[in-house]
Amino acid sequence: MTETTTDATTDRDASVDAPVIAEPTADGSPGRDPRDANRLVFDIDDLDVYYGDFRAVRGVNLDIREHEITAFIGPSGCGKSTVLRCLNRMNDLIESARIDGTIRYHGVDLYDPKVDPVEVRRRVGMVFQKANPFPKSIYENIAFGPRISGYKGDMDELVERSLTQAALWDEVKDRLKESGLGMSGGQQQRLCIARALATNPDVILMDEPCSALDPIATGRIEDLIQELKQDYTVVIVTHNMQQAARVSDRTAFFTAQVDAENDRRTGLLVEYDDTEKIFSNPSDERTENYVTGRFG
Amino acid sequence: MSVASTDLTTSAVASALRGRRVDLSGTVFRGALFATLAFTVVVLLTLLVSVVQDATPIFSGDPVLTEVRSDLVDTSTDPPTITQFGETLPVQVGTDARGREIFFQESERSFGDFLTGNVNFTDPAKNGIKQGIFGSIGIAVMVLLFSIPIGVGAAVYLEEYATANRFTRLVDVNIRNLAGVPSIVYGILGFTVLVTALDGITGGRSLISGGITLAILVLPVVIITAAEAIRAVPQEIRMAGYGVGATRWEVTRYHVLPYAMPGILTGTMLSLARALGEAAPLILVGAQTGFFTDPSGVMERLTGNFTALPMLVFNFTRQPGDVLRIQGAAATIVILLLVVLVVNATGIILRNSFEKKRS
Repeated sequence: MTETTTDATTDRDASVDAPVIAEPTADGSPGRDPRDANRLVFDIDDLDVYYGDFRAVRGVNLDIREHEITAFIGPSGCGKSTVLRCLNRMNDLIESARIDGTIRYHGVDLYDPKVDPVEVRRRVGMVFQKANPFPKSIYENIAFGPRISGYKGDMDELVERSLTQAALWDEVKDRLKESGLGMSGGQQQRLCIARALATNPDVILMDEPCSALDPIATGRIEDLIQELKQDYTVVIVTHNMQQAARVSDRTAFFTAQVDAENDRRTGLLVEYDDTEKIFSNPSDERTENYVTGRFG
Repeated sequence: MSVASTDLTTSAVASALRGRRVDLSGTVFRGALFATLAFTVVVLLTLLVSVVQDATPIFSGDPVLTEVRSDLVDTSTDPPTITQFGETLPVQVGTDARGREIFFQESERSFGDFLTGNVNFTDPAKNGIKQGIFGSIGIAVMVLLFSIPIGVGAAVYLEEYATANRFTRLVDVNIRNLAGVPSIVYGILGFTVLVTALDGITGGRSLISGGITLAILVLPVVIITAAEAIRAVPQEIRMAGYGVGATRWEVTRYHVLPYAMPGILTGTMLSLARALGEAAPLILVGAQTGFFTDPSGVMERLTGNFTALPMLVFNFTRQPGDVLRIQGAAATIVILLLVVLVVNATGIILRNSFEKKRS
């Protein structure tokens, strides 16, 4: 265990102060502070997501800024993962899924027919809930992405750099040829992060990356996420509110509401603000109930 | 009733925990399961032993004894002789069931000749199954060449590309039904399409017609097993591939297919074994039932007369005399089993190497 390892039960206040870039402003009004200078990576405008006839998410408005960590929190079935998967068009792989509204990525409509989802996914990497290394060697796990996107540089060097960035190099440098499945859960998840970094993305999406990990492995991943912020924009879905409080600069709280018209649950964004505000002084009662543990 | 209300002294707990019941139904069930396994093993072993026993005279190269008419034998010499085509040959003396003296002519036979000789019904001692071995290997190659690319391709399309709609479901159900169609039906298909309609290309009753017929016969099974293997690939692996910006082709080529390969190979090898054992469709497609001269040249061999090991078994069993009907058929069956064994062993070795790669 390294000394940077954070225990999952660490007091959140200590780490909420940690972000440097995301220092909250005096007035605290979201999107209207000096950080506006930060470029928007994603601009989600009135997003509805449907699976067939079923509307899973409605009316989401969000902007995600460069070099920030944005956390999506909320109870199960509130659509936070669904929204996340729209950001790299992973939802395209579900045949019945479609969206209404627009998602702009650096100003480009992500769902424009001319946009190739494969190109989107090379720029917007993804780390999944369950660590899913390819059943191949550690080296091959990293090298696959760059190779298919036509990387011409020194692959050994890229593998080393990606694994170093994911704080995994020292542990695996002597067994790069061994299977990625032979590692511990936490190592596998860091391998998946390294794999996502190897394609040199702009954004990393993380869908509950620590939900299957023990507190020590979780702490390492959280430290890693903090470091990634220097070079990448991170969007993380988490069930763990302490985690959102510890790692993120901004937090979006989603919840599910029963539609009056058809009695089905639809996810919606309740509140989106600086993490500190969400956890200390939320403006919506539902958020307060959730973050204080009275609901969800 | 709570546990606490009962006696919890050590001795009381010890006696309560002691197993006392005789698990009668469990014992009977286990016995029945064992009986089914024992039955299977006994039946298969008996079959194998009896076949090998019947085939032994050929494998050990025992001479063939042919009875000759006693009035043709010159009994004045010792041993008695028979004169045929101006040649005087010795004959052996034996007795039949009623104790009468009968004479046998002995002819040499070797296992090597059996493997390398042509079909010969007139002189069973010189009978060989080379043409059948050649035909079966040719059929195996053709089944592999036709059914693997087409079957695996169709399975990949069904599982990875086709949208799940009514049409896809219809196709899927029909392929499953085709797998259960009797093989003779495929024989009729082969006869009408390959032998009759496409006579100019296949050469009619040829190895090509037979091979393609059997390839079509096993195609549904190849598709079904390959589709199952592809479906068993964890979705996480596909997601991981798409997540790093792979196209559908790249995910399929580099992750799905390598992962599914062991399962695909298993299905393919089972199909191949089935194709090697089929005789019924080959009868309709016109495999030779008796002696024929080997066509010369590669193309001629593909488009000319052919036979296969199961066809030979069928033909031998219809001949008079033990030499072909029992010994010849049994020895051919053993060779057929060996061919299937080699095919399956190759499949298992390949599968294991793929399995090692995917861990």
